[in-house]
Amino acid sequence: MNAAHATTADHSHDHAHDHKPGFFVRWFMSTNHKDIGTLYIIFSIIAALVGGWFSMMMRHELGDPGIQIAGNGHNWNVWITAHGLIMVFFVVMPGLIGGFGNWFLPLMIGAPDMAFPRLNNISFWLIVPAFLLLAGSVFVDGGPGPGAGTGWTIYPPLSSGGSSGHPGLSVDMAIFALHLAGASSILGAANFITTVFNMRAPGMTLHKMPLFVWAMLITAFLLVLAVPVLGGAITMLLTDRNFGTAFFAPDKGGDPILFQHLFWFFGHPEVYIMILPAFGIISHIVSTFSKKPIFGYLGMAYAMTAIGFVGFIVWAHHMYTTGISVNTEAYFTAATLIIAVPTGIKIFSWIATMWGGSIEFKTPMLWAIGFIFLFTVGGVTGVVLANAGMDTSLHDTYYVVAHFHYVLSLGAVFGLFAGFYYWIGKMSGRQYPEWAGKLHFWITFVGVNLIFFPQHFLGLQGMPRRYVDYPAPPVPAEMQGPLHNPIEKIKWIMSNEEYGFHLFNYVSTLGAYLTGFSVIIFLFIALWTVCCGRRVSGNYWNVQPQCMTLEWTLPSPPPFHQFDIQPKIK
Amino acid sequence: MKSIAIRIFAAVTAWLACSLPAMAFEPKPAELGFQPAASPNMVRLHAFHDHLLMYIITGIVIFVFLLLAWVVIRYNAKANPVPSKTTHNVLLEIVWTAVPVLILIIIAIPSFKLLFYLDRTQNPDMTLKIAGYQWGWTYTYQLPPAEGAAANTEPQTLEYNALVIRAPKKADGTLGTPEEDIAEINKYIPEGKGRRLLETDNPIVLPVEKNIQILTTANDVIHSWTIPALGVKKDAVPGRTNETWVRVTEPGIYYGQCSEICGIDHSAMPISLYAVTSEEYDAWLSCASGGDGDPRSCVQKLDFDAKYRKNQKAHEVASTTTQPNAQKTGASE
Repeated sequence: MNAAHATTADHSHDHAHDHKPGFFVRWFMSTNHKDIGTLYIIFSIIAALVGGWFSMMMRHELGDPGIQIAGNGHNWNVWITAHGLIMVFFVVMPGLIGGFGNWFLPLMIGAPDMAFPRLNNISFWLIVPAFLLLAGSVFVDGGPGPGAGTGWTIYPPLSSGGSSGHPGLSVDMAIFALHLAGASSILGAANFITTVFNMRAPGMTLHKMPLFVWAMLITAFLLVLAVPVLGGAITMLLTDRNFGTAFFAPDKGGDPILFQHLFWFFGHPEVYIMILPAFGIISHIVSTFSKKPIFGYLGMAYAMTAIGFVGFIVWAHHMYTTGISVNTEAYFTAATLIIAVPTGIKIFSWIATMWGGSIEFKTPMLWAIGFIFLFTVGGVTGVVLANAGMDTSLHDTYYVVAHFHYVLSLGAVFGLFAGFYYWIGKMSGRQYPEWAGKLHFWITFVGVNLIFFPQHFLGLQGMPRRYVDYPAPPVPAEMQGPLHNPIEKIKWIMSNEEYGFHLFNYVSTLGAYLTGFSVIIFLFIALWTVCCGRRVSGNYWNVQPQCMTLEWTLPSPPPFHQFDIQPKIK
Repeated sequence: MKSIAIRIFAAVTAWLACSLPAMAFEPKPAELGFQPAASPNMVRLHAFHDHLLMYIITGIVIFVFLLLAWVVIRYNAKANPVPSKTTHNVLLEIVWTAVPVLILIIIAIPSFKLLFYLDRTQNPDMTLKIAGYQWGWTYTYQLPPAEGAAANTEPQTLEYNALVIRAPKKADGTLGTPEEDIAEINKYIPEGKGRRLLETDNPIVLPVEKNIQILTTANDVIHSWTIPALGVKKDAVPGRTNETWVRVTEPGIYYGQCSEICGIDHSAMPISLYAVTSEEYDAWLSCASGGDGDPRSCVQKLDFDAKYRKNQKAHEVASTTTQPNAQKTGASE
């Protein structure tokens, strides 16, 4: 990252001069990017608890063969759908883009706020009703039962209105939820693009922008190009369901595969939308704690650009088994493999940044190193899955589940935690207890690997995704449940079960309980930090001049309105 | 056409697969890799995954891990108090861009060969048509023309549905317990050998060593037909007919499970297949199509279970309600 030698005004003045509005106006009619960022982060944490609760129920259900708590397969399908949609649209995106993006993009480019502060407010307040609609859809009749059990991919005809699909109102509610969340994202992205192009401090050329800003800019472009396609697809689905159109209805000449093309034309850029901001955050953390400027800054920026571009021309690698022609599959195999190149550049550049550094292993750095390693693991399984031939064995198995959780749950979410620990002092003016942050990291690290690594084995053995119950012999009553001694139970499974998927599902479930416990630790840390954490100075990580970005030139927390005198970048 | 390396890998894998004693083509709890291969498709998938991709991805992960470990040990603040000022190194950056490209080319060439091999068979010996529906499969076989039939006669077919064997749903819609499922399975299959959530009432029967064209479609929503040990998976899409193929090389029992979310019983529409000799297949086909019984009872009549479940280990159900003895006395509902 280029050094940003700022000549900022003296910010030591009293916060009373900030002219903060009263509580209601400040938090419900907010136009301040930092307050809106805070709202997004709180929203993301609440949504994560809901989405995480679904995953806890899912892992508990799969801990043993047979039905434990789901009741039937439809309830299960509702859980996986809600879990996926919540985690994608209401946890990772609001957290990384709405939260950290809003907070730090203006600070890093030396801007007083976002370009369109009121648009920013609308973006946030669209996502709240979106979430309520989605949460509400779980309780509304879907057709086979309450809720939408379509999977987050909402493929028709399963999501269509016919008797074999989901005739109930629930799917319509979920579609409206996505419409609102999508509108929120598009408005937010337009705001980010305008802000970056028009409000950078004098002297901050594009090639001097901090990498997080680069990441946010590329993410914003992906959002404005991809999300409208989702909006179109789900609107077509909505009119198929309610107004007699037949875009996706095969019995009336429509084509369900068309929906998959549209969905994944959005869906694949979407996975980069979720990971690019995390890339940005990790770059800053690695640089700060290695006390070195980022290695290969331009390579890093253009690697993200390349990932963003190639991300738009690989969508059908989600559709290798749908019957698209073999030549098409060959093209998408080649295009998908190419993504490994810019991704490799990023991994190696982070390591090269640390190389020769003087590394301090504070909590954010632990999350960042964890991110780099686990993202590599998720990346190489992505190389395996890129091959259309290989996908014959692996498509829609737990191998895919393991892969995308390694890059998202252990990638994007690690990025969220890394950003949280890195910036919570800046945002709140108070620091988390270091030992607690490290404890949280290690428990999460062990827990999530225990969940997801064994799922590779399940996938290779052929266990399909989205299954409420799996082949395995019955387990005697005294062996069932989570309270049984795990070592004894694993021994029992290995010596008694001739077939099936029980063993690694059980191990995975144990990991889920551990991860659930780590979430409780995180909540305590977060609450303790904002209420009673140690107060910190403006540059509490002692960020070195060669790694300096503008947020560290401001006090912690920054004043309500920052940069009264515009900083200049040399 | 085929590279020598792939030939060797395929041969080695096939040899390993054949030399394993008492092999059963079913998921096992503690297995870390693929199910054993029983078709040329799966032999190639094994070779590509186990002998190329696994080496590459394991190597990359170990390489990155070692780099990180070295950095953590050598360049922590204690070991290296003064950070270097390096910001770039053009040669290094070219190397870590070019080397991955080379690795990807090494992956892509066999990948394309595999892809085109798996696509379809040029000379099918027979065709199996598969239609997915909520929640089962309809299988259609084309029967050999009757003797003396005119050349343009519409061919006769054998068509039947295959549904999971499990305990019937209770009045309130809840499912039976695993023990009740096993009790139901024992009515169809020799005791302890039936696999829960994998057995269907009417299995598929196919001859070994024949190129079988597979056509999939669906009646309602999208399903996906797959058998892991045979390296075949194809979505069954309403309004479309998709093609793939398989050639089973090992006689035995094979299982698969629907692989595209399709509603409430997505996890309960398995695929079960008996791969038998050509003679046995002909006998079964004439039994099942000649009104001598449904596909399952023909399997029982021809005693396929005794022969082909030999390698399957019986599973003793450790529960008082489903002791094998209780089954024999007709305790199941």
